[in-house]
Amino acid sequence: MYGKGRIIPALILFLGLMTSPIWYKSGEASKMPKPEKPKDYTECVAPTQEMRTSHMVLLNQWRDDILREGGARTGKTPNGTEYVRSLQNGCMKCHSDKKKFCDACHNYTSVKPYCWDCHLQPKEAM
Amino acid sequence: MDSKRRDFLKIAGLTAIAGIAAPSAFNTLLKGEAIASAGQAAAGGHGAAAPTGKRYGMVIDVKKFTENPGLAEQCVSACHTIHNVPDFGNRKDEIKWIWIESYEHTFPTESQYKRPDALKDMPILTLCNHCDNPPCVRACPTKATYKKKDGIVGMDYHRCIGCRFCMAACPYGARSFNWRDPRGKDANGQPFIKAENPKYPTRMRGVVEKCNFCTERLAIGQIPACVEVAAQTKALVFGDMNDPNSEISQVLKTSFTIQRNPAIGTHPSLFYII
Amino acid sequence: MIEKAFKGSTGYWVWMLFLLSIMGVGGLCYVQQFNYGLGITGMSRDVTWGVYISQFTFLVGVAAGGLMLVLPYYIHNYKAFGRIVILGEFMAIAAIAMCLMFIIADLGQPMRALNVLLHPTPNSMLFWDMIVLNGYLFLNILCGWVVLQSEYKGIKYPKWIKPFIYLSIPWAISIHTVTAFLYCGLPGRHFWLTAILAPRFLASAFAAGPALLMVIAMILKKTTKFDVGREAQDKLVTIIGYAAMLNFFFLGCEFFVAYYSQIPGHMHTLDYLFWGLGHGDQVYNNLVPFMRASVIMGLAGIALIFVSRAKQSDGLLVISCLLIFIAFWIDKGLGLVLGGFVPSPLEYVTEYVPSVQELGITAAIWATGFFILSILYKVAISVKLEKEA
Repeated sequence: MYGKGRIIPALILFLGLMTSPIWYKSGEASKMPKPEKPKDYTECVAPTQEMRTSHMVLLNQWRDDILREGGARTGKTPNGTEYVRSLQNGCMKCHSDKKKFCDACHNYTSVKPYCWDCHLQPKEAM
Repeated sequence: MDSKRRDFLKIAGLTAIAGIAAPSAFNTLLKGEAIASAGQAAAGGHGAAAPTGKRYGMVIDVKKFTENPGLAEQCVSACHTIHNVPDFGNRKDEIKWIWIESYEHTFPTESQYKRPDALKDMPILTLCNHCDNPPCVRACPTKATYKKKDGIVGMDYHRCIGCRFCMAACPYGARSFNWRDPRGKDANGQPFIKAENPKYPTRMRGVVEKCNFCTERLAIGQIPACVEVAAQTKALVFGDMNDPNSEISQVLKTSFTIQRNPAIGTHPSLFYII
Repeated sequence: MIEKAFKGSTGYWVWMLFLLSIMGVGGLCYVQQFNYGLGITGMSRDVTWGVYISQFTFLVGVAAGGLMLVLPYYIHNYKAFGRIVILGEFMAIAAIAMCLMFIIADLGQPMRALNVLLHPTPNSMLFWDMIVLNGYLFLNILCGWVVLQSEYKGIKYPKWIKPFIYLSIPWAISIHTVTAFLYCGLPGRHFWLTAILAPRFLASAFAAGPALLMVIAMILKKTTKFDVGREAQDKLVTIIGYAAMLNFFFLGCEFFVAYYSQIPGHMHTLDYLFWGLGHGDQVYNNLVPFMRASVIMGLAGIALIFVSRAKQSDGLLVISCLLIFIAFWIDKGLGLVLGGFVPSPLEYVTEYVPSVQELGITAAIWATGFFILSILYKVAISVKLEKEA
């Protein structure tokens, strides 16, 4: 093989560098995030699993429905508790600590939504 | 650094899926996902209104503002406080939803010749006209601005790409762009938004904004902030123009009103009693 | 074929490094703009589009100008354009690339640019502009590359490319028509609201595009062995000359309508651009010297270009083409877009002066365009010279 002396060490070096994050973190299991749930409320607008996977879908639906179709500003949970269909005035009313709730998972998964570039987070948590 | 990389990956990924997304996007298009184009104008008419459904409008009685000095300023301040409108302190970056204008500039297409002297200093409130046939909605390439069933021309700040085509299209100068971060601070450390209203969001850099006829207040049974401030004097009358029994319909029936530049067929929802 | 771009004289590499350094400086300016916002530019609430959009508008014309070479060669079988037509197609690629970069530079939220695809809006002219510009970019890359590659292999281009070449002809018209429609469909802006805006755009495009091409062809004639040929040169003079005259005819029509009708709205912007517009106790006239120079240079260019042909003088030809190119760059790349915002719909006068960063980004995008153009031309000329040797 032409240039064997250079290609093979270079390939090994390349593979080593590419996989270095795995070696670097090997043996250390990252801690699962534990978002703090509000203490005064027992149910959310949808089951926990659904909220966990699709809260952004829900927020987008609320937004498009309210802004464009003049949809209802409030909704009811299965148990009949009324809530405001709004991130700032609804979600954050119960989940009032952004750091302990939103950021816990978002930091873990390295997701940086730009919600808070416009929406204001509850004062006491800032 | 981290966010830059994410942003880059976002673009790279989106470019890759653009080809896949295009057919589905066209499908939503064919289904008519939210008809952005505004209602057709009645043949030949300069002032024909939409015949059915709700159409919010406003009558501005300019004389009442002269009789009550300071009232116009209060209306502006109420609106801008409630909606977290920043004050940059310069004309270049200026953002305004409602503001005070002179007769000459509000009605440049009307005659300026031999008008009463009193007209010169009259404070005239100026805001988005919520046109029935809005050129801004026609121009927007993403439906970030749209006309709702109740006649309000709304904005979705999440979707706006900041191309400012709507600002070129608006014949009333009602739109403002966030040239810089509205949450920032001036040289003296004073925030551009003096006191944040925790109930309403701010905007972010790079999007266009404008008056929304207080659609968020209407939804919970309140009247627009400026109208509330002027309620005592009846200087501003707000309501459904398609409801013949509404106060605004009565005012429009009994008083002579003018609209800004009606000749261009936008059918504004704002009427002025001079 | 692309390997031809990696072999070149010292002059070629110095030129490319020079372009790269401008791109680097402009890139830094863009980082600043990205972090601060568009407030870093000279644009304001009243003048919401500045040099980015005006350069974009002008460059769409440069791209459409390629049509003036493709049409005679492929439709009328005008053989004298055999060597220059590829230059036209490749110039269109570079120009469209610049257009797209200028649009991205002008967006307040560039990360959301693809919202235009995600939420397609057929009633917006910007949506159609996106389609026609990308389509034209694709057509020119395809046609230019396939035809050149066939030549490289020493065969005639494949038959299947013909429909694409024919399609590119009306498509060139469409890019500049839709770009004009961005402006001339807005009800509150008198200066733009004119049915001859699209024809005028096309006229100036068919002059400015080939004029730039001619200047580059003359530079290539000096620096390489590549000569487009006397006949092609003379024919292009006719095209540039008549297109430039047509543009001035259209401009004259605009003047007539405004000043004979005496409708203030129609006169205001022309006043501002050519004489200065009084407002309050001030006269606003920062574009007047440019616009007057544009008219003088354009008319002088038209006269000189025909003289250059009569005298068969390449030097005069370059000067006249430069005059025409700069005249139309001022006319469309400055006056048309900036003038449309003066006065504002509320009849305020706000003047616009671009910021340093804005000019840096603009220079960088032009440099990127020339960088792309240099690579493409290097490949094309190497292939052409190699085959003819």
